[in-house]
Amino acid sequence: MEVTVTVNGSDQTHDIEPRVLLIDFIRTRVGLTGSHIGCDTSNCGACTVLFDGKPVKSCTVLAVQADGHAVTTVEGLKSNGTLHPIQAAFKEEHGLQCGFCTPGMMLVGAALIEANTEPSVDDVRWAISGNLCRCTGYMNIVTAIQTAAATGEG
Amino acid sequence: MTKVDDTTHMTTPPEIGGIGHRVRRHEDARFIEGQGNYLDDIVLPGMLHMAIVRSPVAHARITGIDTTAASEVEGVVAVVTGELMDQHGLAWMPTLSGDTQAVLATDKVRYQGQEVAAVIATDPAIAVDAAELVEVDYDILPAITTPQQALAPGAVLIRDEKEGQTDNRVYDWEAGDKAATDAAFAAADRVVSLSTFYPRSHPAPLETCGAIADVNSVTGQATIYMTSQAPHAHRTLFAMVTGLPEQNIRIISPDLGGGFGNKVPIYPGYVVATAASLLIGRPVKWIETRSENLISTGFARDYYMTGELAVTNEGKILGLRVQMLSDQGAFYADAQPTKFKAGLFHVVTGSYDYPAAHVVCSGAYTNKAPGGVAYRCSFRITEASFLIERLVQTAAYELGIDPAEMRFKNFIQPEQFPYHTPTGFVYDSGDYPTALRKALDEVGYDQLRAEQVAARAEGRLMGIGIAHFTEAVGAGPSHTYDIAGLKMFDSAELRVHPTGKAILKLGVMSQGQGHETTFAQIVAEELGIPVTDVKVMEGDTDNTPYGLGTYASRSTPVAGAATAMVSRQLAEKAKRIAAHLLEAAPEDIELKAGELFVKGTPARSVTIQDVSLAAYTNMPDGMEHGLEGVHYYDPPNLTYPYGSYIVVVEVDPETGVWKVERMVALDDCGVRINPMIVEGQIHGGLTEGFAMSSMQWITFDDDGNCIGSNFMDYLIPTAWETPRFELLETCVPSPHHPIGAKGVGESATVGSPAAYVNAVIDALAHLGVRNIDMPLLPDRVWSAIQSAQG
Ligand code: FES
Ligand code: FES
Repeated sequence: MEVTVTVNGSDQTHDIEPRVLLIDFIRTRVGLTGSHIGCDTSNCGACTVLFDGKPVKSCTVLAVQADGHAVTTVEGLKSNGTLHPIQAAFKEEHGLQCGFCTPGMMLVGAALIEANTEPSVDDVRWAISGNLCRCTGYMNIVTAIQTAAATGEG
Repeated sequence: MTKVDDTTHMTTPPEIGGIGHRVRRHEDARFIEGQGNYLDDIVLPGMLHMAIVRSPVAHARITGIDTTAASEVEGVVAVVTGELMDQHGLAWMPTLSGDTQAVLATDKVRYQGQEVAAVIATDPAIAVDAAELVEVDYDILPAITTPQQALAPGAVLIRDEKEGQTDNRVYDWEAGDKAATDAAFAAADRVVSLSTFYPRSHPAPLETCGAIADVNSVTGQATIYMTSQAPHAHRTLFAMVTGLPEQNIRIISPDLGGGFGNKVPIYPGYVVATAASLLIGRPVKWIETRSENLISTGFARDYYMTGELAVTNEGKILGLRVQMLSDQGAFYADAQPTKFKAGLFHVVTGSYDYPAAHVVCSGAYTNKAPGGVAYRCSFRITEASFLIERLVQTAAYELGIDPAEMRFKNFIQPEQFPYHTPTGFVYDSGDYPTALRKALDEVGYDQLRAEQVAARAEGRLMGIGIAHFTEAVGAGPSHTYDIAGLKMFDSAELRVHPTGKAILKLGVMSQGQGHETTFAQIVAEELGIPVTDVKVMEGDTDNTPYGLGTYASRSTPVAGAATAMVSRQLAEKAKRIAAHLLEAAPEDIELKAGELFVKGTPARSVTIQDVSLAAYTNMPDGMEHGLEGVHYYDPPNLTYPYGSYIVVVEVDPETGVWKVERMVALDDCGVRINPMIVEGQIHGGLTEGFAMSSMQWITFDDDGNCIGSNFMDYLIPTAWETPRFELLETCVPSPHHPIGAKGVGESATVGSPAAYVNAVIDALAHLGVRNIDMPLLPDRVWSAIQSAQG
């Protein structure tokens, strides 16, 4: 069936089987591979995207459910050639190692700091608790999200 | 977090960014924009997709395989079985430990999740659908799920296909001096013992394993994209397994989403995808699901350990005896040096000075997945470090000595280095008392002990756990260490171009450790070329020098040394070119932070960039053109990083739930090339140590069904559970490493499990509790409290 999803501001129409997950739609139909797959039980959050502005695990959403909705992926964070503050902060604070969890973490962080401009450590830790990272021990991810919040540009 | 001292080893300004600078990572630019290139991101023209049919049972004879229905599905190109692989001599492959492993089962399945057949189709979903239709008939056999069962008389033989194999024993191995150890025990006032089980765990990098095999049937060129921590070794082993000429095999390991040892072995899926591509003539992609990753690829640990310490009443250790039983799974596939069957476990004597130790270990086959990978660990050192630190703590309780004091009484002293251990290691350098003292001061140890007394009086359970570990990392030297016969050296190739920009190529492979930054900093330090002008390349066997790969914390000790050495080789040539340009004698030229000048007259100078240009445009007569070199580094010894970790916990007596109140971690890894990256590595390791001590656990029911085959059952700590860490450092450089670095990637995973467990046990010690096996799940802690209270 034909599905149209607005991905990072551009309409993407594809003819797909109803069982196709949003993550597969984004990765293999739209061809944006910044969103990752880390599990098959919706536990890891590597596939997180913003769905009408809210973070969702795109492996728990069917692409047909996204028909007519807007999705932001990591590739859509930068605007007018300038990094989003969350991207700059992840680099500055060493918030990533292998980078596999990073797109999901940054999108959750971006959504958090838009709603809460001064998140506490616990606020951040709770917000990212649906996203697993095997490399960083989360310490610098928390700092990065707080640093991005402090720029006031989230 | 306590900020550490960055400036000790800095000799270059920030614009150059040599050793000691917190250079922000070069690789991050692509990752933060979603432009990383991980295996599953790669799409080749005409690419097919493979799904594997796996055994649902742990032990059974295969009586028939029917692939008809699967083959008839539209979009299916081929169904591969063991029989087909056997026709090409590929049904079995060698493991990294000299055993054999089934690629696709022909006779029996020996663990749940074992590869039985593979479906290749035009679309991944079609491959999975069709795999469901492959019908396999099994004649169920009894499953063996522990090494104790495996070695019991009359146990069913798991490896009945192996000539000469009459029982389930894989090996018996020993280290140390039995007679001297027996004598030490005879002379002891007391013998303290501890039996504990280090459970099976899985590295579970966030990216699973996979491969894309692209074999060109006309040219014979096989390009294999593979999640590999050791691409060069894998190329050689692939050549040996498949018979393809090595020059025609190119392994490309793209960006890796973590590895932690999981991506060291060669898995059947890689071999089947390659065979399928060879037979079909199109590229074939295979990506593991998470549950396939957890049930079938390299597990870690699974060691039953009993340790005994011979001690005097005053708390002096006289000797150590250890007996172990190791569960190897159905195929002995440990990734470790050939001559050490239990890896470097014999470093188990720890940070303490005593003359005698004896270690014996037996390995057994079971109906469980093979592996025995060093999960963020230098070949079984995690188990060793855990045992000795738990034992010392136990001895302290038995003798009524404070656990910190017990360690001070027995530490190897700074003046004893290089220190020869009773099991044959030569520790390079260290100052253990200073490290532990600093960590104790930071945590406020005496105050905490006073608080603990007060807490106990109120019925609260508070514990303080210490671990002081010594690791052995950075294998070679090549005379002792190898993987499947390949000696464990490593290499670096450096070329400086006419404009002064450099490309550094390495035989190791980053999985998130930041090699593109750290190794560029070494070149910046040695040659004064700005760190941003150095590009680091890894992971493509056609374009990098031969090396053994990244695991066992060996990149900095071995490839880091190779990088320093090749840079120094180029520095010597640069001085000769500078001498020509400055009309001086080469021995009068000095190189400092990118300036080459005549000794005593710094005004007479040229830059490294001037010299680079001259190397291609204005060379002295008779000198070879270019500024380029390669160095193969064979380390004279291992390096021995160490650390003092202190954990404070509060245990809820009603529920057994424990919470880390503080975690103070002091690491001494010698010179820190990029302190920011080092701290990140330590954070990650401390988290994995917490994970193993508190929740990560792969277990099996009596029928051999794997419990822990997905992230709902195999628990990984989130940011919510993970403790906050306070980091400290000391720095005693390695005397034999060219820049004094020791390696750090695994230290915190090795050292911290004992600290967490010691803290929980310390909270219960006054009740008489001496051991709870990991993971310290609340129900286990609660039960221990209940039984101690009678
Ligand atoms: S892929 Fe793991 S939560 Fe979506
Ligand atoms: S950076 Fe590797 S999983 Fe988070």
